[in-house]
Amino acid sequence: MGGESKWMGLWYVSPYVIGLLLFTAFPFLASFYLSFTDYDLLNKPEWVGLHNYEKLFTRDRTFDKSLKVTLIYVFTTVPLKLAFALFIAVVLNYRLKAINLFRTAYYVPSILGGSVAIAVLWRYIFADTGLVNIMLGSLGMEPINWFGDPENALFTITLLRCWQFGSAMVIFLAALQSVDKSLYEAAAIDGAGPWKIFRHITLPLITPVIFFNLIMQTVQAFQEFNGPYIITDGGPMKSTYLLPLYIYDKAFKSFDMGYASAIAWVLFAIIMVLTLIAFWSSKKWVYYAGDKRS
Amino acid sequence: MAAITDIPVAKSPEPPTAIELKHRRQALRSSILRYGLLTIVGLIMIYPLIWLIGASFKTNAEMFSSAGFWPKEPTLSGYIEGWQTSTPYTFGKFFVNTLWIIIPKTIGTAISCTLVAYGFARFEFPGKKFLFATVIATLLLPNVVTRIPQYLLFRDIGWLDSFLPLWVPSALAGDAFFVFMVIQFLRAIPRDMEEAARVDGATTLQTLIYIVVPMLMPALISVCLFQFMWTMNDFLGPLIYISSVEKYPVSLALKLSIDTTEAFAWNQILAMSVLALAPSLIVFFMAQKYFIEGISSGGVKG
Repeated sequence: MGGESKWMGLWYVSPYVIGLLLFTAFPFLASFYLSFTDYDLLNKPEWVGLHNYEKLFTRDRTFDKSLKVTLIYVFTTVPLKLAFALFIAVVLNYRLKAINLFRTAYYVPSILGGSVAIAVLWRYIFADTGLVNIMLGSLGMEPINWFGDPENALFTITLLRCWQFGSAMVIFLAALQSVDKSLYEAAAIDGAGPWKIFRHITLPLITPVIFFNLIMQTVQAFQEFNGPYIITDGGPMKSTYLLPLYIYDKAFKSFDMGYASAIAWVLFAIIMVLTLIAFWSSKKWVYYAGDKRS
Repeated sequence: MAAITDIPVAKSPEPPTAIELKHRRQALRSSILRYGLLTIVGLIMIYPLIWLIGASFKTNAEMFSSAGFWPKEPTLSGYIEGWQTSTPYTFGKFFVNTLWIIIPKTIGTAISCTLVAYGFARFEFPGKKFLFATVIATLLLPNVVTRIPQYLLFRDIGWLDSFLPLWVPSALAGDAFFVFMVIQFLRAIPRDMEEAARVDGATTLQTLIYIVVPMLMPALISVCLFQFMWTMNDFLGPLIYISSVEKYPVSLALKLSIDTTEAFAWNQILAMSVLALAPSLIVFFMAQKYFIEGISSGGVKG
């Protein structure tokens, strides 16, 4: 269909181009500009140079705490969730008759995902006399103060996200099912055990999908908002006060748009740097066969 | 690990050898282990949801005293009182609002993604490579960095406290994930039929509507279903843009009822949570094939 004028394709993608300019490119640049200003919505943005960043890194205790909590959250949630998703996918990848039933059951929590109702449910099952503590009690264990204790509150949010491992698992499972069975047979004939086969055949072949899941889950975890906002409202003692909550409060409660933009850019920079490290390191550990998937 | 036992055991008329017997025993043991583990994990996964349904029929006194599913004295009071809310509106109003956000947004997404994917997958045009790279970049771009100026933009054009900020970006193919998914799907479809239609004198638009769209249907259904779910679950969007209670979707109304219901009316909140989850669950179970396919082919956030 090359006969058309070369503008025909551009006409079809024009909605995307307009949306890209208006709702992505312009806001992206504008937020960078705003991060160097003082802007309270009433007066015009006033240029303050690096003042916002200087304040963030030297005098803002809340930011220090929030950044620390965010990093802990991301670096526990993402590995736990991915390891669990991969483990279950490996167990499922077998000629089980009920594979579809299990896959569906595990996927349901992901579908309901970030909904407010699930956050509500979490509040109740981890309440002091909630479902989890009743069950611990019946096993003869002491009840745990899930939300009241700053040591536990963040972990309870982490558990909520790990509970939603289903979408990562479905992607892993699809990758596992596409691994060529004859490779396993050859390895088994050569006398390799199950662990060796997993370690040296399965794992290298699914590295592209591990890489994809790693990036997507990390970018997402850094933006976690609903869970801590609804369940703990950032508390107790700011132990679940992730950076997106801080940005939200600064922007939409104190209307400190310039400062909020600066925090957003620091968060963005962290995500960018980690993504670039992941892409750079992927040359060393991600294995691409002839066909590049994901 | 799985696949060692996938090697078919030869069905020979002779009595099985010792090695065959060993393989069969291993296969059986592996099956039992897997089923056992998967069942236990599955129950732990699903039980909170089942408990939620049971608890919504319990009295407030019973809720925190037993971990069981069955209510001892089932009551509908949670549903009846919760439905009324502490606002002048009932939950019915909030469900209508939610639908009124979802339907235009989903239609806009489907139409814009189709046009854009058709442009990318079937035409050459100046700047195509660059524009496609921006699709991938947008996919990875954290929303947190564009949110504040977007809010300021919508404020300046007077769209705050309306559904327009929720509809319009999606109608302009703003959800990069969906655009990417449809492009990938379309690229895998052979062009023969479209070329035949073009030879017969159809315009590109006619070809798109009569040939491409029917073939794209499975992908478009996935897009609509995911958009439905995500919009149903969306909390931050309405939180920022919708300020009058009269326009609240279910997600905001539920948060409001947590904040305003007296501390001891738990079953009202749980009952409304069940109702809030019901549409997503029903849609998922009716169309789970499309979810699993969509997610396996494109990879999805969630």
